[in-house]
Amino acid sequence: MTDKPDNTAPRTVPIQSATFSNPVNAEIRRAAATGIYDIRGGGSKRKVPHFDDLLFLGASISRYPLEGYREKCETKVTLGTRFASKPIELDIPITIAGMSFGSLSGAAKEALGRGATMAGTSTTTGDGGMTEEERGHSNKLIYQYLPSRYGMNPDDLRRCDAIEIVVGQGAKPGGGGMLLGQKISDRVAEMRNLPKGIDQRSACRHPDWTGPDDLEIKILELREITNWEKPIYIKIGGARPYFDTMLAIKAGADVIVLDGMQGGTAATQDVFIEHVGQPILACIRQSVEALQELDMHREVQLVVSGGIRGGADVAKALALGADAVAIGTGALVALGDNDPRWEDEYQKLGTTAGAYDDWHEGNDPAGITTQTPELIKRFDPVAGGRRLSNYLKVMTLEAQTIARACGKNHIHNLEPEDLVALTMEAAAMARIPLSGTDWWPGKPGTSF
Amino acid sequence: MQSFDLETEGLRKLNSSLHAQNNDTNQTAWEIINPKGSHAIAVGLDAPIEVTVLGSTGYYCGGMNKQATVHVKGSAGPGVAENMMSGKVVIDGDASQYAGATAHGGLLVIKGNASSRCGISMKGVDIVVHGNIGHMSAFMAQSGNLVVLGDAGDALGDSLYEANLFVRGTVKSLGADCIKKDMRPEHLEILTRLLAEAEADAKPEEFTRYGSARELYNFDIDNASAY
Ligand SMILES: Cc1cc2nc3c(=O)[nH]c(=O)nc-3n(C[C@H](O)[C@H](O)[C@H](O)COP(=O)(O)O)c2cc1C
Repeated sequence: MTDKPDNTAPRTVPIQSATFSNPVNAEIRRAAATGIYDIRGGGSKRKVPHFDDLLFLGASISRYPLEGYREKCETKVTLGTRFASKPIELDIPITIAGMSFGSLSGAAKEALGRGATMAGTSTTTGDGGMTEEERGHSNKLIYQYLPSRYGMNPDDLRRCDAIEIVVGQGAKPGGGGMLLGQKISDRVAEMRNLPKGIDQRSACRHPDWTGPDDLEIKILELREITNWEKPIYIKIGGARPYFDTMLAIKAGADVIVLDGMQGGTAATQDVFIEHVGQPILACIRQSVEALQELDMHREVQLVVSGGIRGGADVAKALALGADAVAIGTGALVALGDNDPRWEDEYQKLGTTAGAYDDWHEGNDPAGITTQTPELIKRFDPVAGGRRLSNYLKVMTLEAQTIARACGKNHIHNLEPEDLVALTMEAAAMARIPLSGTDWWPGKPGTSF
Repeated sequence: MQSFDLETEGLRKLNSSLHAQNNDTNQTAWEIINPKGSHAIAVGLDAPIEVTVLGSTGYYCGGMNKQATVHVKGSAGPGVAENMMSGKVVIDGDASQYAGATAHGGLLVIKGNASSRCGISMKGVDIVVHGNIGHMSAFMAQSGNLVVLGDAGDALGDSLYEANLFVRGTVKSLGADCIKKDMRPEHLEILTRLLAEAEADAKPEEFTRYGSARELYNFDIDNASAY
């Protein structure tokens, strides 16, 4: 009996390293086996300070609320009032962010156009150019002017409703696009003037301008080509929002699109997504500060994106000073991306619903981030558009509910004063008092 | 001949007058005086008209051109004929950086030299430079033909896709994945045509062709040092 180990004796339990955790070690093994960095779609997956760390105060004796459903709470927003003769008028302050044809199927682009049009808002093209599916179904279409200039042409420039010069994206400020060989179908290849099946890396920097002074001249050219009609947006990633906003205003932007690190991407190195750029929460106030200092707040509109999921996020972004928001990932989920109904197929791809992010491989069971005809057939653009429209309307109702509770008859009247922060980090980043105090780290006149 | 004084009448009026022309216009010849290095001259044209600029231009002259012929009797600033779709842009003098950037079609002729990044990301345009071109020219060039009668600077054709590069003089260095290639009859034909269209005094046989080795087309970790 004595040679049997004593299972009841106290002993050290196996402890996994927090530094070299299972996922970390798996990634090391993957890199060692394949010799390529991990490329994936989506946005930052790690937890960063976000809108969840803010709360609205609501009404009280000193602030009275508006009646839900009965008293009006306006949601209309006009973008591009500074120089353009034809600004964009939207019924709701939620727009669809630029997502490339190539990363998405033509049918998915159609669904985005249908849903946005039903809800009274705009969609945005993306790397790869404008498709008939999207132009045909999107009442207000923003045409992206990207470093790659794939498919860029003056006819599409004239038939869009606004132009968005993409300088950066929140998921990868300083990085270019990526579309791997599997997704370069004949149609995608033709639109991009590239051979079929090659890995296609779009440039990270514009080919014919560098710096804010050149940008100003580039904007002049685009305005001249389009008769000074179209609003010109400038999209920046959450890198140096204060300075980038200042420079974009100086260069002549009508609208600034500010995208934080949570923002999705079609395909980028995981290391880029997770380690470059700042959370949107930290970016908004800096950008608004620049707008205010130049006396341009509301004159140049601010659209923010990166992790906007529901009406509360919309309301918080607007309260911090944005004029509108843009959504990418949320819109794809509404269309049916990562839906548990395809769980069996996600399992076969070595993943699970909610975690599927190998969009660049083009095997999307939901038929959205693919160019494979059999998969695309699974996706119904009419039903998808309906779902997107429902989602956009629900978000708007939610934001209105909050705005009314704060006594606002226009959602743009939401203000920082309506908010408190739950954490020190969020308080510092959003410059909102920590709940229960009148203070945030870095508040002028206080020391920390 | 329509004469337009840019200094007194302004850029907006110039471009909107040119945009007002269509395929049936009878105002087919335009002359612009006093350009004085202005930016965005004759951009976004889409009619079979001939525009002559008497002097030098700033950025993006002839940008996004379709159908029209734009002739600059002087030098051109950065991004001349950027994203041209069709038609012709001729520069009598030199051209600054990014000449013909991302252009999809048409013909760009530079009778002097072109600076760095000539033909960057070109997508089908033909470019003929009578003089030399600067560094990083034809970077990520996708398709079309770049013909250089003089010499090319450093890193010619870096990360090139399917464009043809023809250089008569020396090439300081080739960029990643750009190699010397055989001149086949179809290439001599292209050269013969382009040299004639560009009024260039050179023989096709004097040129060397460069193109993509196509080794960076699909990612391979063993090529990491080339990225
Ligand atoms: C599939 C996909 C494709 C995208 N393609 C582009 C693009 O072509 N150009 C661009 O500027 N941004 C692109 N983005 C980024 C979005 O425009 C937007 O910045 C981001 O999705 C917003 O964050 P969210 O996804 O958290 O809503 C893409 C995003 C996704 C998810």
